[in-house]
Amino acid sequence: MRKQSIEKGALGKVYQDGEFITRQGDVGQVMYVVQQGKVEVLMEKEGHETLLRVAGEGEFLGEMAIFDHEVRSASLRAKGEVKVLTIDKKNFLKRIHIDPSLAFRIVQTMSQRVRELGDEVARLKG
Amino acid sequence: MADSNPPSRQDQLELVDGSRVAVIGGGPAGSFTSYFLLEMAERADLDIEVEIYEPRDFSCPAPGGCNMCGGIISETLVQNLAAEGINLPDTVVQRGIESYVLHMDVGMVRIETPVDEKRIAAVYRGAGPRDIQVRKWGSFDHHLEGLAEARGAKVTRGRVMEISMDNGRPSISVKGGEPQAYDLLVAAVGVNSPALKLFKELDFGYQPPETTKTFIREYFLGEEVIAEILGDSMHVFLLNIPRLEFAAIIPKGDYASVCLLGEAIDKDLVDAFLSSDEVRGCMPDDWAPDPRSCQCSPKIAVKGAIQPYGDRIVFVGDCGVTRLYKDGIGAAYKTAKACATTAVFEGVSEDAFRRHYAPILKTILRDNAIGKVTFSATKLVQMMPFARRAMLRMTQKEQSIPGRHKDISQVLWDMFTGSAAYMEIFTRAIHPRFLGRLSWELLAAVAPGKRSQP
Ligand SMILES: Cc1cc2nc3c(=O)[nH]c(=O)nc-3n(C[C@H](O)[C@H](O)[C@H](O)COP(=O)(O)OP(=O)(O)OC[C@H]3O[C@@H](n4cnc5c(N)ncnc54)[C@H](O)[C@@H]3O)c2cc1C
Repeated sequence: MRKQSIEKGALGKVYQDGEFITRQGDVGQVMYVVQQGKVEVLMEKEGHETLLRVAGEGEFLGEMAIFDHEVRSASLRAKGEVKVLTIDKKNFLKRIHIDPSLAFRIVQTMSQRVRELGDEVARLKG
Repeated sequence: MADSNPPSRQDQLELVDGSRVAVIGGGPAGSFTSYFLLEMAERADLDIEVEIYEPRDFSCPAPGGCNMCGGIISETLVQNLAAEGINLPDTVVQRGIESYVLHMDVGMVRIETPVDEKRIAAVYRGAGPRDIQVRKWGSFDHHLEGLAEARGAKVTRGRVMEISMDNGRPSISVKGGEPQAYDLLVAAVGVNSPALKLFKELDFGYQPPETTKTFIREYFLGEEVIAEILGDSMHVFLLNIPRLEFAAIIPKGDYASVCLLGEAIDKDLVDAFLSSDEVRGCMPDDWAPDPRSCQCSPKIAVKGAIQPYGDRIVFVGDCGVTRLYKDGIGAAYKTAKACATTAVFEGVSEDAFRRHYAPILKTILRDNAIGKVTFSATKLVQMMPFARRAMLRMTQKEQSIPGRHKDISQVLWDMFTGSAAYMEIFTRAIHPRFLGRLSWELLAAVAPGKRSQP
């Protein structure tokens, strides 16, 4: 069987360590699914970076762009070599009109993030 | 007065805790249905049993472990599966496809993916061709079957030989086995199975899809030669060979798959294709059509089945309705998902399937009707050299002039990759800008002396 390192031949796009996948403020027309490696989710403000979290294999990122018309709220940066697959907003929305259950996992991801944010707010207040 | 013998919940035409589902066939349609049935049931707090019957061991090489196909997983399906949480690993994806090369007698042109990324997968359905020496990649069907098993489906390695309806409940048996009763029977046997006859005999009106014969042949070239000669491109041929509808050479890991669709494909047609200058031009210099590694002539559905559902029985994938010539695995996913959603949330009666499952099948059938028109247009191009020249020039310009609208490129990309609905391709092809540019190129091709940039 194939080795587990990142293959240039298989699916997705390979980003090198430190390379930005998308930047905060960009207009988002896709969301991302991490295929291999780790991705940093960062907030950038006045030259300062705040690391929000590190996402791993199978995680959805940038999913808010699918549902709202706002610009990207965070930047995504490769931590080591990573491979990422994009899902087009237009195709995805078309498909969930026919099969709404396709959005289930993304809704699940979003609800988990809301939970995590709630915990974080509670921690900061406490 | 209340009925003294009310029907038990099990007798009602719905799935309840403890219901048993048999899925005949563990190809993509069968595995996807099993996977989604169990996933939906879990979401609905329903405890059901799903049993897949499949005679093939997909981890074996050669025809015994293979469901015979070109092995292209479309861009749309790759994305839909990723959204479902199903990511195709490098151990299964032999090659990510990033461009299509169109070969014609008037020249060739490369159409790059509209996104800077590989989102089309080339896979083997089984463990590889008959003469495989080193197994570097796993089987796609084995991977899907494994996902269904991991969700809780039980796989029985056996061919279903008998099917009957006993007191309104389906009952099936494998060779030498006892009949087993189920609450729902999902038929996912494809169009190459003798089992289709068994369903016809059930007398609820099912008629299998009409089919035509196709052709696939595998050639061992080795990973390095494939990378150098074919690259990460699918090679598509538009040649004026009678009865040939579509031809492609698909690069896999160590092998190249030659795939022909058309009318009554026979040895003469295959020989005419393989000995054409266009094929020889894209294979290595010392390549000869023989020796080959493996070959098969599977059937492909060209029409949908009639009455692909009844009380407690439903047909998914190829043996129900599939897309014309393209993205059959994508259609297997869509029908499987619609079937599972209907069975878990709406019931397993004929009425439930007619109201909630049949509309999905109708959408595919309606789109196939438009697909037929699109293929007829391609056939015209295939027969008229000036139309081929016009198409080639228009595509070459789009691919080489930066910022130029990718009108024909997008139409061809969607047509070859099977990613978009035929309706979408048709709508793009009747856009005034597309028609204007094509008309210009057609004029230029008829009167080659008077060419200028439109
Ligand atoms: C030449 C050719 C090229 C193609 N290329 C592509 C392509 O590149 N991309 C794409 O998306 N689609 C392609 N297709 C279409 C694709 O192969 C089918 O749409 C897809 O395989 C359908 O899946 P399925 O599960 O419905 O049927 P199948 O894949 O045929 O699976 C049916 C399963 O049922 C099992 N079975 C049969 N009888 C019994 C029984 N009695 N008991 C138990 N099990 C049984 C079989 O062993 C088999 O595993 C191609 C088809 C052809 C013919």
